[in-house]
Amino acid sequence: MAILSVEDLSLSFGGLKVLSEVGFAVEDGDIFAIIGPNGAGKTSILNCIGGFYRPQKGKVIFEGSDITRRSPDRRAALGLARTFQNIALYRGMTVLDNIKLGAHAHLHTGLLKGLLYWGPAAREEMALRQEVEEDIIDFLEIEAIRKLPVASLAYGLQKRVELARALAMRPKVLLMDEPVAGMNAEETEDMARFILDIKEERGITIVIIEHDMNVIMDISDRVSVINFGQKIAEGTPDEVQAHPEVIKAYLGEKRD
Amino acid sequence: MRIGDYKVSYGADEAVFRTGTVRVWMIVLFLAMAVFPFWAGDYLLYMANLTGIAIVAAVGLNILTGAAGQISLGHAAFVGIGAYTSAILITKLGLPFIICLPLSGLSAALFGVIVGAPSMRMKGLYLCIATLAAQVIFEYLFKNWESLTGGIRGINVPAPTIFGFEFNNEFRFYFITVPVVIIVVTAARNLFRTRVGRAFIAIRDRDFSAQLMGINLFRYKLYAFALSSFLAGVAGCLWVNFIKIVTPEHFPLHESIRYLAMIIVGGLGSVLGSIFGAIFMTIIPEVLKSMLNIVSAFSPDAMAYLSPLQTVVFGLLIVVFLVFEPHGLAEMWRRVKDYFRLWPFEH
Ligand SMILES: Nc1ncnc2c1ncn2[C@@H]1O[C@H](COP(=O)(O)OP(=O)(O)O)[C@@H](O)[C@H]1O
Ligand SMILES: [Mg+2]
Repeated sequence: MAILSVEDLSLSFGGLKVLSEVGFAVEDGDIFAIIGPNGAGKTSILNCIGGFYRPQKGKVIFEGSDITRRSPDRRAALGLARTFQNIALYRGMTVLDNIKLGAHAHLHTGLLKGLLYWGPAAREEMALRQEVEEDIIDFLEIEAIRKLPVASLAYGLQKRVELARALAMRPKVLLMDEPVAGMNAEETEDMARFILDIKEERGITIVIIEHDMNVIMDISDRVSVINFGQKIAEGTPDEVQAHPEVIKAYLGEKRD
Repeated sequence: MRIGDYKVSYGADEAVFRTGTVRVWMIVLFLAMAVFPFWAGDYLLYMANLTGIAIVAAVGLNILTGAAGQISLGHAAFVGIGAYTSAILITKLGLPFIICLPLSGLSAALFGVIVGAPSMRMKGLYLCIATLAAQVIFEYLFKNWESLTGGIRGINVPAPTIFGFEFNNEFRFYFITVPVVIIVVTAARNLFRTRVGRAFIAIRDRDFSAQLMGINLFRYKLYAFALSSFLAGVAGCLWVNFIKIVTPEHFPLHESIRYLAMIIVGGLGSVLGSIFGAIFMTIIPEVLKSMLNIVSAFSPDAMAYLSPLQTVVFGLLIVVFLVFEPHGLAEMWRRVKDYFRLWPFEH
């Protein structure tokens, strides 16, 4: 069953048409890749799914209900998590606090309980710390950096912390915008392994935008190809690779 | 000498006072604060009360501006609302001080939420201007709503009593100010260990992604405004009960700017920084003034041209600070501490 689908999505800024009638369905537990040249509209699709952009037309359906009009924070609480093409960590916080922030929607401490701390707020924080340490920090192998401010970290590590923060959101669907862009071969391999583990061990559905064709072909179950704001092909990695339109539009003009 | 202790449990690691050494120093600090009033004279106690009141207000502004990133030029007006609320409740309704303290905070918080409501649509400079407008409007009301505020003559209040005990001098009032400061500082520190404090910082650092992380921007911005003006109101209540008169002249725009200077010099977003900044901004002008007095004892006419110099030197000090330590006194303190933690094994 499709856990997430977009139907007939159209988006424009002023006169600029960014997406026209894009639609696809993501099966529960799949890794679903979106590929296409720069400026094709891939990030805009994720922004529509996350609620940061409001499409002029079309629907976003998550777990059977229409969330097109929901605010981004409500969507996050429902189980949509996101990592960004340009890292969007909170530079004023440590790695640990950045990750903890991801769990925001699942915590209950309000203003008054927070000021008091002692009691329910402290218990909640302790449980969160344990969850973050055992389920996320161990898994992503970032024990050594957890107390550091994020601004001091290398690029590849920052990307990993962003993934950690997204996992703390306890997502059902994880939206990843170019997770290996700008990484060296070793970092790329690590990240690909983490993504596969997240799918296989945690059953989290992943929608991934990526330029690195080797990664896409290795890990994705289905691939959708976007060009000039339109979907031009969709299928298994092999089908897409053989698709004449795709070869013309994208694979032909060798990238990276 | 001690080298980074290994924290056995997450609980111990999450604690504010993480090591034995820190706890010992905290006890020393509390003892010093307890002994201080018996040792100090009226003038020092007067300064201590004013500093404490400034700390309460500065912690408030630092939550809004330093942590949540919403710049306010109207903080003094909220201190004023607290002061007037308290003065009116005491003189017109005869309410006891201990009831007025939270009510003054709540009244300021209510206005804070109203002023903060446009923050959903406005950012940066625009919000800054909106809070400036609030500052001007409240100042105007303090002056012109005579039936309520007593106009430019203001309102006189009696010394507060708690359980029949009168807090009518600097020494006695110290025992109101210090507990309030301790409660406020502790509560603010606590908040930054929970999701509420993290949400504030996330909003400051990147508000669009904060929302995608599940944070309701509007709610948390209003929380920041409410909390910040609540503390301003509490500070105002303390202030009027200490000084025993409130007039419109007490809360001008440059007082709002002084609070901003406190948190910038002390360290934006840091509770400790609010404390350092409030102390700095209250004590340093006094130190400069007494230095001036010493000089003018030698040459009496030096006073005339040295006294404007006092303001200039103070301004220069702030600029020098910002240039050499842009993260404020709190950051400087952290470095000093780190130095001693590893001493004598410096790197
Ligand atoms: N907020 C925006 N305002 C105006 N134009 C935008 C905005 N976001 C994206 N675009 C435009 O939409 C097009 C697609 O952008 P994007 O979705 O980032 O592409 P991709 O991620 O595929 O590289 C680009 O031409 C870009 O300039
Ligand atoms: Mg993009």
